[in-house]
Amino acid sequence: MRNEAIPNLTAFDEAALDEAFAALERQAREAAAALGGEADREAFRLEWLGRKQGRLNEVSGRWLKAAPAEAKKALGVRFNALKAVVEGLLDAALGAGPSDAALQTEAIDITLPGTRRLLGAEHPITRTMNEIVAVFAALGYSVGVGPEVETDYYNFESMNFPPGHPARDTQDTLVIAAQERKPLRDRLLLRTHTSPVQMRTMEQQPPPVRIVIPGKVHRNDAADATHSPIFHQVEGLCVDTNVTFSDLKGTLDHAMKALFGPAVKTRFFPSFFPFTEPSADVQISCIFCGGKGCRKCKDSGWIELLGCGMVDPAVFAFAAQKQPAYDPRKISGFAFGMGVERIAMMKYGISEIGSFYAGDMRFLGQFA
Amino acid sequence: MKILTQWLRAYLPGLASGDKQLAEDLTLRGIAVDGIYPLGEGDGSLYEMDITTNRVDAMNHYGVAREAAAIYGLDLKPLEFALPAAQPAAPPFSVRIEAEDACGRFTARVLRDVTIGESRDWFAGAEVATYFGLLEQKMISNAVDATNFAWLAMGQPAHAFDLDKIEGGIVVRRARKGERLKTLDGVERVLDAEDLVVADHKKALALAGVMGGWDTMITAETKNVLIEAAWFEPMAVRQTARRHGLHTDASHRFERGADFNAAPVASALVSAILLASGGWIEGELVDARVAAFEERTARRRPVALALSEVHRILGATENPVGITAAAAESVLTALGCKLASQRVGASASQPHAAPAAEQTLGPVSWQVTLPSWRLDLEREIDLIEEIARVYGYNRFANTLPAFGEGVKALPWAEKEAAVRSVLRGAGFHEAISSTFCSAAEGAWTAAQPGQVVALGNPLSEEAGVLRPSLVPGMLTMIAGNLNRDVNDVRLFELGTVFSGTAEKVDERPVLAFGAVGSFPDESALHERRAIDFYDLKGAVEQALSRFEARSVYFDRFPAEAGLTPEWLHPYRAARVVAEGVTVGWFGEVHPRLAAERKVAAAAKLKERVLVGELYLDRLYKLPLRSPAAREISRFQPVRRDFSLVLGEGIAWETIDAAMAELQIPELVEWQVREVFREARLGAGEYALLLRTTFQAADRTLREEELADFQRRIVETVGNVGARLRT
Repeated sequence: MRNEAIPNLTAFDEAALDEAFAALERQAREAAAALGGEADREAFRLEWLGRKQGRLNEVSGRWLKAAPAEAKKALGVRFNALKAVVEGLLDAALGAGPSDAALQTEAIDITLPGTRRLLGAEHPITRTMNEIVAVFAALGYSVGVGPEVETDYYNFESMNFPPGHPARDTQDTLVIAAQERKPLRDRLLLRTHTSPVQMRTMEQQPPPVRIVIPGKVHRNDAADATHSPIFHQVEGLCVDTNVTFSDLKGTLDHAMKALFGPAVKTRFFPSFFPFTEPSADVQISCIFCGGKGCRKCKDSGWIELLGCGMVDPAVFAFAAQKQPAYDPRKISGFAFGMGVERIAMMKYGISEIGSFYAGDMRFLGQFA
Repeated sequence: MKILTQWLRAYLPGLASGDKQLAEDLTLRGIAVDGIYPLGEGDGSLYEMDITTNRVDAMNHYGVAREAAAIYGLDLKPLEFALPAAQPAAPPFSVRIEAEDACGRFTARVLRDVTIGESRDWFAGAEVATYFGLLEQKMISNAVDATNFAWLAMGQPAHAFDLDKIEGGIVVRRARKGERLKTLDGVERVLDAEDLVVADHKKALALAGVMGGWDTMITAETKNVLIEAAWFEPMAVRQTARRHGLHTDASHRFERGADFNAAPVASALVSAILLASGGWIEGELVDARVAAFEERTARRRPVALALSEVHRILGATENPVGITAAAAESVLTALGCKLASQRVGASASQPHAAPAAEQTLGPVSWQVTLPSWRLDLEREIDLIEEIARVYGYNRFANTLPAFGEGVKALPWAEKEAAVRSVLRGAGFHEAISSTFCSAAEGAWTAAQPGQVVALGNPLSEEAGVLRPSLVPGMLTMIAGNLNRDVNDVRLFELGTVFSGTAEKVDERPVLAFGAVGSFPDESALHERRAIDFYDLKGAVEQALSRFEARSVYFDRFPAEAGLTPEWLHPYRAARVVAEGVTVGWFGEVHPRLAAERKVAAAAKLKERVLVGELYLDRLYKLPLRSPAAREISRFQPVRRDFSLVLGEGIAWETIDAAMAELQIPELVEWQVREVFREARLGAGEYALLLRTTFQAADRTLREEELADFQRRIVETVGNVGARLRT
């Protein structure tokens, strides 16, 4: 686009100047509005602001020179204003960047899937175990662990399992080979619960004890949808002066609300474990139906979740062999244990316990 | 076990609760009702019970009724059965307990001229036909049904013999080795010298406490009957039953401890039913007892119980009144205990006129005589449990114990979390595999041969030993994915590995990782590339970089050295050494293994399987590195690239070490940008693009300085055999 040539000015009164400058400003605005890419902008700059052939230069050269002395000031004011306008137009054009038409040629398909860097997933068992441990850590529980291969003494005898108890049978317990010649208490087996760590902890530290024990355990169980010879437990133990059954209830009620939401209710039933007395099974109100009754809770509104009880004085008596402070007349305590798989299956809607141990990328990837 | 509510109500005339409410109240007190089945108008319901094995006393109607009586504070009808007076017998029927270590009590009653026939409802408390009908219990004859009725009513096994088949009297004794007995199931059994039998003076009649004998069973022709009700020692019955592969109602009860005092009651009930269709009693009940057993069951010493102990163990109740002395007494009394109160201290001297509040809260204790049917009650804590149970667990308050100690995490918890987060960040999913592997897998992955721990009763041959390494499990999981057509696998596992002997087993924590397939993940827009050794090495380096270690290096050994684990490709695997200690191995799976074993699927994909292990017990000895910031120079860095040509024998490590030795403070970084091999190079040579970065903390570098640095670099790499490419 070419602009009209700069006319010669003959009249220098205010009205004539206004008209002449207005015409130029109009031309500049029209030209600026039509600017496209960078080349256009450069051409505009040269045409208007070019040091030698720029139109403003021409104006100042021809009009200022021709102006009578008394009109020079009025003309100068208008000239500066026009120059500011042109510079402003150029800045605006530069700030606008490339034109839409130019950008359009660079269009991509934003509906194609994003490239995802694979993030490794925490195993749902680890995740659930960590959640449980965190709840009890907030209640002041330290973390303890113990060996997976245990002696009969720690797994059974010191946990007050009488000799000949069915759990001791090789039908239920996986045992290490070639133990027959040893005394019963020294025989090695794969621990069937995390409870032996209770005894190991008490032997090493006098009360008070507040410990939570996550760990892997094994039983001689045939695998099916809900049973596995390998599974995980989190065990808890709290021993001090004046620890009561109502403390056990309050602790677990709080823990279940922390794990499953504040609306969850707990219910305690008498049960039987050799190492606790009184013993209880704990149910929580069904997390699927809120207690109304559904298929998951077999229409009962309740789900059985863990076992617990007051530490049996006989267990303290075993601990007192190494730490006399475990005098059952002076101290008391509670213990609890829960199956991690069961909780994880419930929380994440997993129907086959075997999924936890298959290492299937598709299963594990869901927990990333 | 099945319970009829109609039968329960017969023992509990005052029971007002409906069947559903009763079921819930029982369940919440540990007498679990698993299912309620209404039986129709006027017939009540049938409960399917699930009672824990320690409560064998409650596995019958009277036992459940006793629990309900305790819960509701109701009167329980006594079990009493009137019998007609006996005709004198001369001499009395002979009963002798020879096995005094195995039989505590044996009662025998002789009934003559009985009529064997069908059962019906005989009298109130003996509604045999009605109850058996509702329970769908098969009726056999009035004699057999009478013993079954006693069993269902009160959980005491009883047995009826055809008296005329008995020669002489009864002897309870151990069997003679090789002695024969045909039991009621029709099986001819050869007895062991340890078996306990009920015998007559000639032969064994029954397996004591387990099953009656065929030859003395009641038949339609039976005229005279001997009713047995006894108490046998649990272990003796368990062993006899187990030796013969039998598990009967009777053995179930005796194994768990029967009621020493129940035998005469059961005998009376059976006799009363049988006599309802005719016959008479000859002689008084013969009741042979072993004092030692009676002392351990029916005449146990009283147990001391203090109310303060009840409160110390049980804590707060929702009701502020709490558990009073009266409440404790009423619960225990209802369960069959006899309480003798012992007020101690000040209140003992003024037994009368104690104010009510003091009576409930003052120092109270009791001597508690235990019921003969509750052998599970032995100690004070057992009584406290009974009080809590019947009071109702859910009526206790929810309180929290006071707490004043600090919380200790495991010393390695943070290190474990660091390792996990690096692996997850590198795109590996965490997995958990089997604790077991086959003996063969154990052999080729064990660090020390002969230190693999075998199981005595393995789940299967493939799971015969405790894993000495996580590698077999990792390969199994990789193979599992490939077999399911999941071809991009990146897994890690943190787990325990085992080594040792039958005497002592060591456990160590190990990290395993394995990978096969694409890296990064295949996408429409980016070129696929297979995950390789260096991807794994990067993950290992990053994991190690979380620890404080002055020296970390990787090396390998020639195949003939035999130092590389069998499962690794000897020339595509590396040992990881930190602070001079081997902390792991990783690399490509040995091709022999990949082809032969379960990961053969990977070979078909023409993919190389990568796997490795880090020994975490060793790694965790190093402290975690805590990040420390350093000043970042504000002066312009300068990059210079060197295109080097090297002999194949010169590893990057050599160049790297040479660069380090230069000790130019301004040389802040050097790295390999590219490695390539091409025909234009000399034989046995390769090219390497080395990128260096120079930067000073305090100034802009001058050209002369840079020229000097470059000269020194060319010289030093030249000294180790690299030349500048021209």
